[in-house]
Parts: sequence; structure tokens; C-alpha cells
Amino acid sequence: MTETINKQMAFIDGSRLITEACVRAGAEVFVGYPITPANLLYSYANQRYPAMMAAPDEITTLQWMTGYASLGKLPVTATSFPGYALMIESINMALMMELPMVIILVQRLGPATGTATNGAQGDLAVVHGSISGGFQLPTFCISNLQDCWEMSAKAVETAIKLRTPVVLLTSKEMVMTQMSFDLTKLTEIKKSELAVFEGDNLYKSYETKENLIPSFLPVTQNQHQVRFTASTHNKEGILQNTTPEALDNTRRLKAKLDLHLDEFLFYELDETESAETIILSFDITAQASREALHKLRDAGEKVDLLVAKTLFPMPDKYHQILASYKKVIIAEENLDGQYRHLLYGSKPPSHIKGVNAIGRMIQPEEIIKEVNSNG
Amino acid sequence: MDNRFLIDSKDLPFCKGCGHAGVAQNTEKALQKMGYNPLDVIFVTDIGCHGIIDKSLRSHTVHGLHGRSVALAGGIAAGLPKDSGKKVVVFIGDGGATIGMQHLLVAAHHNFPMTVVIHNNMLYGMTGGQPSEFTPCGFNTPTAPNRSAIGAIDMVRLMEGVGAAYVSRISGIGDFSDELVEAFSQPGFSLVEVMEICPSYGVKSNPGMKLKQVIESSGLQLHKNKLERSVNHNETYSGFNNSLLTDKLVVEKEFDPVIKGTVRILLGGSAGEGTQSAAEFLARTAMLSGLYATKKGHYPVTVGVGFSAAEVIISDKPIYYSGSTKPDYMLITSQDGLEYAMPRIKKSDTSVILLDSSLETPETASTVISTDLRSKAGSRNAAMLSVFKLIKDYGILSEASLLTAFSRNKLSTKVPVETFTANI
Repeated sequence: MTETINKQMAFIDGSRLITEACVRAGAEVFVGYPITPANLLYSYANQRYPAMMAAPDEITTLQWMTGYASLGKLPVTATSFPGYALMIESINMALMMELPMVIILVQRLGPATGTATNGAQGDLAVVHGSISGGFQLPTFCISNLQDCWEMSAKAVETAIKLRTPVVLLTSKEMVMTQMSFDLTKLTEIKKSELAVFEGDNLYKSYETKENLIPSFLPVTQNQHQVRFTASTHNKEGILQNTTPEALDNTRRLKAKLDLHLDEFLFYELDETESAETIILSFDITAQASREALHKLRDAGEKVDLLVAKTLFPMPDKYHQILASYKKVIIAEENLDGQYRHLLYGSKPPSHIKGVNAIGRMIQPEEIIKEVNSNG
Repeated sequence: MDNRFLIDSKDLPFCKGCGHAGVAQNTEKALQKMGYNPLDVIFVTDIGCHGIIDKSLRSHTVHGLHGRSVALAGGIAAGLPKDSGKKVVVFIGDGGATIGMQHLLVAAHHNFPMTVVIHNNMLYGMTGGQPSEFTPCGFNTPTAPNRSAIGAIDMVRLMEGVGAAYVSRISGIGDFSDELVEAFSQPGFSLVEVMEICPSYGVKSNPGMKLKQVIESSGLQLHKNKLERSVNHNETYSGFNNSLLTDKLVVEKEFDPVIKGTVRILLGGSAGEGTQSAAEFLARTAMLSGLYATKKGHYPVTVGVGFSAAEVIISDKPIYYSGSTKPDYMLITSQDGLEYAMPRIKKSDTSVILLDSSLETPETASTVISTDLRSKAGSRNAAMLSVFKLIKDYGILSEASLLTAFSRNKLSTKVPVETFTANI
């Protein structure tokens, strides 16, 4: 039986939903350098963002974005690994300056230029290690078209609220495959705005209160001096060596995320009573996992599913959930289980299993086989 | 109002005799002459001795990565409202200008409203006096005296080459505030290269040499050039502002579905021959019958050559996994498509393969139907004809839905439907 009554079924790709959601959530400019498989995002951006800048390379992309962010305008870009690699130093800069932006990373098969038209989930370790010193970028991951809408909006909202660059991780099939989708499932997105400093007293660009997030003022200010810097700095934003105040400020960058982690913790847990096996997945492989879950349950198996949508900072909640299962299967489209190793270290316990592949999508049958294996 | 740009112009964080102090003092003087207040100006700096000026400034300061200050300032300049009244000034060294040379060319090319002041002391002063691309002939540096034989990049000429609206090279000795006023007054991009000698390394490596002598012997003439150009603010880049989610995207159910369950179809063809369009058409036709559909494309990076393949799934149930490892039908319209699909053709034993009659029949346990596609509809419409044939011969969707979908497809305005209906 079909279920089309009262629905508005559209044939749509994820890039369209991501673009629309970002703009509705408060993104004001798209800065981009084209790269496969992120080009659809670039094309849609050209039709939708209030401003669009065609950068000559990915380093310039991040620099222009940071310039825009210093004016209080939320920038977005979309790239793939080769572009992301060029951006990394500048992302560190934006993190240090506490200027918000969203970097959509559309994964493709590596290493190096690899195969540009083939999807992958091979950039988790790169994203996790992007920031020198062990700091983290809030990193969200899209697991279906609904997430293209919701997680994109959350990425913009989190960037603005926490004043930080945010990575929105996805992959080729998630942003390019067209699917029928019910538009009535799209929830309202509210525009986020930066918390702006108010008052006549002395403004210090990096002074914070209990929430550890500095109040923002743009460099267009006429009343207060505004400073942004990528170097170790004090509350005024003045370069320091390793003074206690400056190091406290640097430590705060981690503490800020830790304090607010629960506000940007998103996951989907499909659980049943007394299941002893759980599948953990994300991105396009979450779709294969969902299909595997339905088939397994139809066959009478008791299996649960955890779809991780907040990837980093690594939520402790995932450890809490996974700890109660005798068997944990982590399905991800990379060589050796990057998220599995980030969760459990270089030598995961024997009950932590990986289903991995490169150069193709992981199939539901592979996950089912691992669930049914006795190992 | 206190119009000092420097907290204390006599107490600057530079070595004794450094030309950077002169740049800071002349910049303050020039901006004061122009009537700017400190908060009217956004200084963007980066790494190198010049960059430590930030703490001495009473203006807005943005301190970025080595060599990237021009690009960072480009984002600010492009995003500033046209009537902001703000002036963007970039301080960069010759090291930064070397790393970020492309940023300089691009900023000038775009004519962003900003002024770049290169503090050119002809070597890397912060790290021990190594040569930069701005080290001229005959100018020694402590670490590589022979490097100077290569000569310096003439940044001013280079910037002229990309159409910089205003460029000048000046000597950084004495009062050069009027030259800075002229640069700061430009509505678009301007660049001033201020020549200096580093007192810590340049003087020691070139005893007795004067700045004037270096400039004369290097061939880097003091020089100015101006072009009339329109200015780029972000309005230039403003796109559209309409929702991407329009009613046109919606495909309403108009027909009853014929199939129950899930059908997977692989289309294999060549780039530029309408394979992706035919696959999307098939998926949309299925949606007219209230079915769920997905379409996943696969192709090499080349745009106009090579294979073009698509996997379509149609189902009466929601579809999660959009891959299609064992297609029920394969529609093969070209040699490229055949080669792409071959691994699956060899493995499959239950598929129905519609194969263009020009292609050699592959070895497979599946059913192969050799049929005229390219010869009947032409290479560009063979994939669409294969979709018509699939629906007509195997009844996975109603013919009425097929004809309705085609009448709404843009191909129908160019190719008569009989091209397809007469050949199935």
C-alpha cells in the first residue's frame, strides 16, 4: 500500500535542502571554490544566498569567509578533502578568532585526488585532528534527507551561538542522489543571530561570562575598539606569549564546547527491548544500516541502531549507550574504521566489530552478515 | 575627539632604526590629514615584524595568518556596506607578500576597496634575515648572500599587470604621509610598497649601503601608476533570494501503481547521451503512481566523454539504501555503458538486460534482449527509448503515466513522442 495522502512528494537531492536550510538558519554569504562532488552546493548557493563570492582557491575561500564573519555575517562554504586540506590552517585561525562559519565537507574517495566522483567516509580522522593542540570543531553529520534540513540548520545555529567554525560532514551520495521526499516533513527553521555586546563600558573582544562565549561586535563598530587575532591573546585580543590570562583564554576554547556539548548533541537511537547487538553508523551508510535493521527485525532478530549525527567533540553519551551491548558493529565507508578507532583507540575490544569498504557504498547485506556472524 | 591612531607614536615595538616605525607614524599622519577617526579604520595585519603593531593601534585590528592578511581583508572589504565609511588598511611584509602573492593579485584584480602597505625590508627579519622573493640584486642577507643574484620580483609592475587601480613604490625615509594619503584616497584597491632596510640584518650584511643606492642598483624604480576602475562591494555578488523549495518540485500521485515491492534498474550509457535525464524521468514517472523513487548517478570526472550510469530504485515502500547491486533490469545503450555494467552483467543471473543491437552480447546467465535503440532514436535519445521500452514491455509502470510524464518533460518540446512510441 502506498502512503501518499496529504504528502507533498518531491524528487530532490540533499544539496538543495542543505542550501535552503543554511540560508533560513542565518547564513548570509556563500564563498566557494568548485570541487567535485560539492558542486551542486555551489550551484544552488548561486541561486539562493544573499551574497555569493567565487574564490580563486580554498585558502582564499576561508580567508574571505573570516573577513565576512568579522562583519557579523555568517559564511558557508562547501568542499571536499583536497580543498579542506588547504583550508585547515585558516580554520584554525577562525577558531582562534572565534568567528562563526560552516564548512560543508563532502567526502570522496582518497587519498589525494583519489576518485572525485566516488563517495567515501574517509575524512573523520582529518576533521577530528584539524585543530592544532587537540581542540575540536563541532562536527555534524547528515544521515538522510531529513538531516540535510535539520542538521544544516543546527550547524549554522551552533556556529553562531558558540562563535566557532562548524564542520557539516557528508559525502557524495548524500548530496547528489535524488530521492522522493515528503516536503511536509520539513520543520520550521528559525534564524539565529549573534549575541551582540551592549553597553557603554569597556568592550574586550574576548571577555566572557558564565557561558564562556564572548559577546560579539563587528569591525564596523563606531563606539568600541574590536580586535580579532589568530595568535595567543589576552581578553583584549592582544597578542601575548604564554601569560596566564592568554593561556586561560586558549583553554577556554575547549571548555566552551564542553560546557555546551549537550546543546548540540544529536543522534538517533532505534532500540528494542533486550537487544544485545547494536549497529552504529552515520552519513550515507546510516541508510544501509536502517535497511539492514528493518530486514533483521522482519526476520525476528533483536538489533538496535545508533545513528551518530554529532560526531565531534566525541559525545560521551555514545560510550554510555554502546556499553550495554555485547556486540557493537560500526559500519563506515573507509579502509579500517576511523570512527571505530576514534571511539575505542588503536586496538578496539573484540566485541567491537567493523564493517568497512572503499570505492563503493556499504551494502545492507554486509551489515546483516556481520550481525549474524558468531565472531 | 582623540584622533590618535597610535597609543604612543614614540613608543613602537620595533628595533631602533626600523622603517616599520616610519610606516606606522606616516600612516597615522596620513589618516589624520584625511579626517579619519581611529574607529573608522580596520587594520589587517599578519605574521612578521610589522604585525606586532596591533597592540599599539587604537583602531580595529584583525591579525591573521602569515601571508593571508590581504585575502582576509578582501573578505572584509567585499562585505562592507557601501556607505560604511570604513577604511581597510593591510600591513604586510615582503615575506607575507611572497607567501600570499596570489592574494595580492586577486585583490587588485577584483578591485576590492582597500589599501595594502607592503613593508619591504628585502628579507625575512623575524626569523634571521633569510632572503625573500623581494631581495634585490646586490643586496646581501646573512643566510644566503648569493641568493641575491636572482633579483627581486617587481611587485608594482606585477600588480599593474592584473589591473591594479593604484600602485606606488616609495622610499620609507622621512615624511611620506602625502604619498599614503593619495593611496588611501583611492575608492578601490591601492598598494604602496615602502622600501626599507632592516637595521638588524640588512645593515649588517651590507655595511655602508644606503637605501637610495639599493633602489637605484636593483632596477626597482620609485614609481606610481593609476587606473580608473569601478569598485567591487558585495552587492556585485548578490544572488537571488527566492526559496529553492518550489511547488514545481512536487510530483503528485495521478495514477495507480502497477508493481508491488521494489524494482531496481541500472542504466548504462555514455556521457552526453541523456542517460542521467532518462533515469530521472523514469524515477519521476514512478512517482506519478505514488511510488517512492531514488536515482543515483555514476560517471567519471570527464564531462563529455566516458561512461554515464545511473541506478534507479522504485518501490511501494520507503527506500533507505539507494545503491543497487543486483539490478532487476539493465538498460545498456552504448559500449561505455556495457563496459561499466559488465561486472554486474557477469554476476547476475536473474536480470533482464535490454541491450542496444549494435553491441556484442555479453556472456551472462541473465536474459539479454538485443534491441534497436540507437538506430531508432539516435544516440542522444537511446536511453529515453530504453525507458519507454522497459515500461511498455515489462509493465512496471502504466503507459498512461509514461505518456503524462513525457508530456511534462522538457524533451517533449524538442523530440516528438512518436520517436519513442513508434519504436516500442
